[in-house]
Amino acid sequence: MKSPGKERFSRQMFDRPKSLVDVRTHFCPGCHHGIAHRILAETIDRYDLREKTIGVACVGCSVFLYDYIDVDVAEAPHGRAPAVATGVKRAQPDKFVFTYQGDGDLAAIGTSEIIHAANRGENITVLFVNNTTYGMTGGQMAPTTMLGQRTSTSPYGRDFRNDGYPIKMAELLATLEGTAYSARVATSTPAQIRKAKEAVRKAFEMQIREMGFSIVEFLSTCPTNWGMKPLEAQERVLGEMSEYFPLGVYKERTQADFV
Amino acid sequence: MRHLRGVLPRRLHPGVEMKAAAVEIRRELMKGNVAICLGAIAAGCRFYYGYPITPQNDIPEYMSTHLPTMGGTFLQAESEVATINFILGTAASGKRVMTSSSGPGISLMQEGLSYMAGSELPAVIVNISRSGPGLGGIAPSQGDYFQAVKCGGHGGYRMPVLAPHSVQEMYSLTMRAFDLADKYRNPAMVLGDAIVGQMKEPFTPVPYEPSVPPEKPWALTGCKGRPRQNVKSLYLKDNAIEVHNWKLFRKYERMREEEVLFERFRLDGATIAIVAFGTAARVCKTAIQWARQEGIPAGMLRPVSLFPFPSAQVDEAAEAADVVLVVEMNTGQMVEDVRMSTRHHDRIRFLGKPCAMPTPEEILGEIRTLAGKRP
Repeated sequence: MKSPGKERFSRQMFDRPKSLVDVRTHFCPGCHHGIAHRILAETIDRYDLREKTIGVACVGCSVFLYDYIDVDVAEAPHGRAPAVATGVKRAQPDKFVFTYQGDGDLAAIGTSEIIHAANRGENITVLFVNNTTYGMTGGQMAPTTMLGQRTSTSPYGRDFRNDGYPIKMAELLATLEGTAYSARVATSTPAQIRKAKEAVRKAFEMQIREMGFSIVEFLSTCPTNWGMKPLEAQERVLGEMSEYFPLGVYKERTQADFV
Repeated sequence: MRHLRGVLPRRLHPGVEMKAAAVEIRRELMKGNVAICLGAIAAGCRFYYGYPITPQNDIPEYMSTHLPTMGGTFLQAESEVATINFILGTAASGKRVMTSSSGPGISLMQEGLSYMAGSELPAVIVNISRSGPGLGGIAPSQGDYFQAVKCGGHGGYRMPVLAPHSVQEMYSLTMRAFDLADKYRNPAMVLGDAIVGQMKEPFTPVPYEPSVPPEKPWALTGCKGRPRQNVKSLYLKDNAIEVHNWKLFRKYERMREEEVLFERFRLDGATIAIVAFGTAARVCKTAIQWARQEGIPAGMLRPVSLFPFPSAQVDEAAEAADVVLVVEMNTGQMVEDVRMSTRHHDRIRFLGKPCAMPTPEEILGEIRTLAGKRP
């Protein structure tokens, strides 16, 4: 028999979000997808959106979204998630629609789709996970790969004379009229995770208030393909990646265009 | 365009309630491309996405004018690549949705069509084909037969392909394409060309009779009151992709058994059997009538569904005739399916005219030659 006192002290303070499926992760040790998933699930719960949300998964490690988030998910061809989300949102404007995309997907093959979805002010939310490499295919050079970074297809390091420069999507999309919210966050320290949650909440609110397109870029890790230990990967995000990809809010609309 | 709004009474636009009787059915002079729009709207399609390309622009122009007035959605995409993915998203939402394009644009949609076939999503894709390859030209052509019928995307999939040869069929086969797409949870194509798209002729807007129930329990509508579900084509675990492919194969076999459409035109007693589809078949009808007046027993088997192909009917016609004349507006594509349908290869002749409509005189000349007369 439990004593009343014991019950008071065993009150649960912290739990798995309702929208996060209770399964063992398949992501590599030190990968930040799990953190982004948890923030996403917490935010879905916060606004009680689980039963009216449709997610769009992209191609790459991030496609496994549907194994972890307990909502309806459509799978898009490589780079096309913003276009698929457009089709879903136009058919069901009362639903909450988000995409979850990697940097190869969003910033290389899907550049056209993301720019035009943003420019239309498509009322969707994009979570963009930037780990400067193609993780699932084995660590090839991505559009966000840092100058000098060695990957399996830039074995001598990325050289701007050959491959151009790492692309800054949060800044680029902030310049478009249709974008309501654009921010870059990281999840390498508890303080950064709190800020990331705040940014995702803002992005969700933009869609809920029908303000237009919202995007949150996550600076993420890929220890496996970077050839680093998880802690070294954290240091890289905090160091050279944050220097080139500054964290912050690049655009925040306060009033909808139609007002 | 304003007068067209009166052609289909509002009650023919059923929306959710798909079964509706025609209030007033008037015969009208109608353009082929517009008949496609009317067929789609009558079948309950309220979502259209597209990207401009000649010779099908009447379709997005009509849809952009009329869909918003009936609570529908028209959206012009930044490319055909985006278009087919808008379509994917709306199809995944369980709504009837259509796009139209022409050869170069349909090429860009092949990726999305493969994903939709793999994800089992229904939609109607209209190809008002033009000359190719490459940018080609805007003249009518049947050069997209292979791409449509064999399916140009990766991975091996099939889709129903319907080939109208009149404005009336542009209307009725579009409605049928929506039913086929929903019945099989698969994209379906209407393959026309610049001539059936641009020509005008009398047309009767017969009411839409749905042959499939409208419920789509697989649609992604938010997981209220049920477990979450996905629309996807990725199957990595164990032999799941093999199982999935056999499932798709059984679906395509069922199409072959149940969905063959064809027309027999004066084929009884014909010693010269023409096989032609779409615009080419329309021209052949004139040539056949002229040949019959001259006492030459010519007839035609017209495949209306190009996939599934009416192989048994082609074989039957080849069995009965002395000569099988395949007429196409290309340099020979459907003729390969005709050869595969029958063992009488020695009876098969081909008359092709790439990127131009053959005249009835040209076809009559060929028929006369085959009948042993002067052309």
